[in-house]
Amino acid sequence: MPIKILVTAKRVEDYESKIKVNAQGTGIVQEGLKYKINPFDEIGVEEALRLVAKHGGGEVVVVSIGTKDVHEQLRHALAMGATKAIWVNHTGPLDQMTVAGCLQKLIEKEKPHLAILGKQSIDDDQNQVGQYLAEWLGWSQATFASKEESLESEAEKTKQPALKLAADLSTITVVREVDGGLETVECTMPCVVTTDLRLNQPRYASLPGIMKAKSKPIEEHTPASLGVDGASKIAVTKMELPPARKAGIKVPDVAALVDKLKTEAKAL
Amino acid sequence: MSNVLIVVEAQPDGSLRKATLNALTAGAQIAAKTGGELHAVVLAKDAGPLANVVKEYGVKVVHAGSGAHLAQFTADAVAPAVAELAVAIKASYVGVAATQAGRDVMPRIAARLKAAMASEILSVVGSSAADLQFTRPMWAGAVIATVKLSTPIVCFSARTTEFPQAQKAGSGEVRAFTPAAPAKALQKVVSFKEVKSARPALTEARVVVSGGRGTKGDFKPIEGLADELGAAVGASRAVCDAGWQPNDLQVGQTGKVVAPQLYIAAGISGAIQHIAGMKGSKTIVAINKDGEAPIFQVADYGLVGDLFKALPELQAAVKAAK
Amino acid sequence: MNFDLTDDLKALQETARKFGREVMRPKAAHYDETGHFPKEIIQQAWELGLINMTIPQANGGIELSHLAQAVVAEELAWGCSGMATSMIANDLALLPIVLAGTPEQKEKFLRPFTEKFLLASFGLTEPGAGSDVAGMRCTARREGDHYVLNGQKQWITNGEYADQYSIFCTTDPAKKHKGIMCLVVQGRPKGFTVGKHENKMGQRASNTVTLTFEDVKVPVENRIGQEGEGFLIAMNTLDNSRPLTAMFAVGNARAAMEHAIDYAKQRQQFGKPIADFQGIQFLIADMAAETHAARLLTYQSAWMLDAGQRNTLVSSYAKRFAADMAMKATTDAVQIFGGYGYSKEYPVEKLMRDAKLIQIYEGTSQVQRLVIARELLKGS
Repeated sequence: MPIKILVTAKRVEDYESKIKVNAQGTGIVQEGLKYKINPFDEIGVEEALRLVAKHGGGEVVVVSIGTKDVHEQLRHALAMGATKAIWVNHTGPLDQMTVAGCLQKLIEKEKPHLAILGKQSIDDDQNQVGQYLAEWLGWSQATFASKEESLESEAEKTKQPALKLAADLSTITVVREVDGGLETVECTMPCVVTTDLRLNQPRYASLPGIMKAKSKPIEEHTPASLGVDGASKIAVTKMELPPARKAGIKVPDVAALVDKLKTEAKAL
Repeated sequence: MSNVLIVVEAQPDGSLRKATLNALTAGAQIAAKTGGELHAVVLAKDAGPLANVVKEYGVKVVHAGSGAHLAQFTADAVAPAVAELAVAIKASYVGVAATQAGRDVMPRIAARLKAAMASEILSVVGSSAADLQFTRPMWAGAVIATVKLSTPIVCFSARTTEFPQAQKAGSGEVRAFTPAAPAKALQKVVSFKEVKSARPALTEARVVVSGGRGTKGDFKPIEGLADELGAAVGASRAVCDAGWQPNDLQVGQTGKVVAPQLYIAAGISGAIQHIAGMKGSKTIVAINKDGEAPIFQVADYGLVGDLFKALPELQAAVKAAK
Repeated sequence: MNFDLTDDLKALQETARKFGREVMRPKAAHYDETGHFPKEIIQQAWELGLINMTIPQANGGIELSHLAQAVVAEELAWGCSGMATSMIANDLALLPIVLAGTPEQKEKFLRPFTEKFLLASFGLTEPGAGSDVAGMRCTARREGDHYVLNGQKQWITNGEYADQYSIFCTTDPAKKHKGIMCLVVQGRPKGFTVGKHENKMGQRASNTVTLTFEDVKVPVENRIGQEGEGFLIAMNTLDNSRPLTAMFAVGNARAAMEHAIDYAKQRQQFGKPIADFQGIQFLIADMAAETHAARLLTYQSAWMLDAGQRNTLVSSYAKRFAADMAMKATTDAVQIFGGYGYSKEYPVEKLMRDAKLIQIYEGTSQVQRLVIARELLKGS
């Protein structure tokens, strides 16, 4: 049965970028930063593509919220193989409730079987949107989706999905990362899945994929046009760097290390 | 009145998770600043026994919600029960320990309450309900943000390493209640594959010994030293991705955040994301063949050398000192 | 004028950069040491469309602009210029067909490369004819509906593994460049032998062999263009590929510069990082400025091709400048690393050995100067 999956593609600072706080402590220094699709969202796009391939085709709709710059991330998801993109045009701060609200309205419009989101974006690190969305839709939720095999396994090389959808799409079985191990949950469909790091290794956007993505549609909305309040309920009043660690020393051998740990650090 | 409600994570065996005690401290700090009462809620098939344990830790009231539908600590079962209670007791703050279960359920509770949420809070700042703010990490801890939430009810999860464990302080009241069961369960746990270990839990251990790619998958020296020290074993992302060690042992931004008294990193180069998970440790020791590995920049004590030689030596030295 | 890469170019660059970083670089030292052929990696590159970039859309290809190809080439060479040489070898070998083939020939000789992972080799140089292309001695004698090919081709990239060859030969050596033509040889016809892989100083991941033809029959319909047009086809091909070769130098030099910067910041001497010493700073500053200059020069030479302009002069500027620049940058990187730089435990000596080849192949730095001088001094 063909399936339809909604995924997200938040624009975030490249995880390799060095993040610095501006002199006023009101935000980060934008200069020299590179932007990418949120890595957890990219894992979500990959998983959606694998599920669609396994279930005889379907659609993957990718959503991003922000200024026109987010087209870059939407195009990336389209180049990976997503079928359609939706851009929610918004400038300024955005809280998780607004994001979940926009996604809720889009899901009510698009009617996908499943939504796969990153567990968190690597800028805010909030880890909330998937759960808000599931509650507001009345859907089941499976957070921190992972799998038992390693990222270097044969199954991974053949790009098999880790999420197990019942043939009649009535349930989805998800392996979750929980404290102390891996938990397998069975959820009723529809479901919001949030991805953890080891769910899969996302494919590269191929050059033909990038060229094809140019002609795929990007639909435009705004929070207001979706009937969502875009005002942020979370104000960041200050940003600062974490306290720096004092410089350490090198010790010549194990004996010296043991001595330092005993007498100086009193850690043994 | 700005009451504070802390959600207690029910363990399958009914015991108290230490992380809850850290969250209770965060709750107590908020209650002290806002003049509210500290409440807790235990949800389980039979919540009574655990509620009786929790009441000892400086909580005014522990609400014990029992029901067959609460046998598993799943978000769809927990969220309506907590939200209903929060409204009933006029809670302004609803929080949980930032464990995997806490991270899973709290945003769903917040959604039900139309409340904004701050995740992984590190501290509570301000002196009254009007100016109460939280600090929390962003960009993998590269930035500490102070945030103010403007919804009538505010939710949070507390990073356990940043709040001390609540101590026993008198006996609170236990109030039983019966949460309504939802029409149908949306999810059920069908199996759990535990990563068994006789060692202490990574996030709760006093000492952590972690291995990286330099181990080439051979964790015997890591485990030997860890057992001598009574320490937990951790691993870098590379090690977990390679399937050498279970994911559960991963220390880092995308794994566990730890802050033990002593952290020993062996054969770990020190990728940013690993450092984000352990830089809160009191003392950091790095052992690596590559003297220029970034891990040495955060280590208090660095030893340039082969871990397969250094760790057994260290193990012998620790043993000799006992 | 606009020096920004478009979003599409940035996206292509992103994929190539990721491939260079995650797939090529971790294996670069291994293939450099063993001299084995990284077929698996090239196949992965094929799956992502990082090779055969030049095949027209009409034949199932993606027909990237020359500028886009140049952007990709820098990233591949940053990953490993030896592997990059073997990757771009396909485009070099297919270019004569793209530029001068009939529609039927394009379908027959190009489309299979878009459907299946295949390798192609470009055969121009001979043991006795390097820079002096017109001195070639590989002959083709027409016999009815086929040619009979005799002679040798040397330094042929991917020759041992290729499925198809674009071989330049002459109907009569006495006619010099007017006798040259291009034939497509498929598979391993009778009389065709492949010599052993050259044990090279650098770019050791690229396969390099001698091809020998003894009375090899090639159908006449495999001739690209007419008899006597081969020299022009070869020169047009090299005009098209020269920006990519120049970009290999840019990618190689950028890799050297990045290693040098990292090392200079970490290495302590006299109580401070060597990056604090002006002597080191000047070396790095020159590397940065010259790498960037070479990149812009090369972008221009690619842009001219896209604009339909003859780029011989500017592409020779680019190849000459970039290749010599990379040699200097990699040598300086070894210098900054000091004793460690000379050790195979560290990555920069490989870059220096790799750079040397870029000064030699596809027109030596001296030939580029000749071309530049000829272009500037010709006419009245």
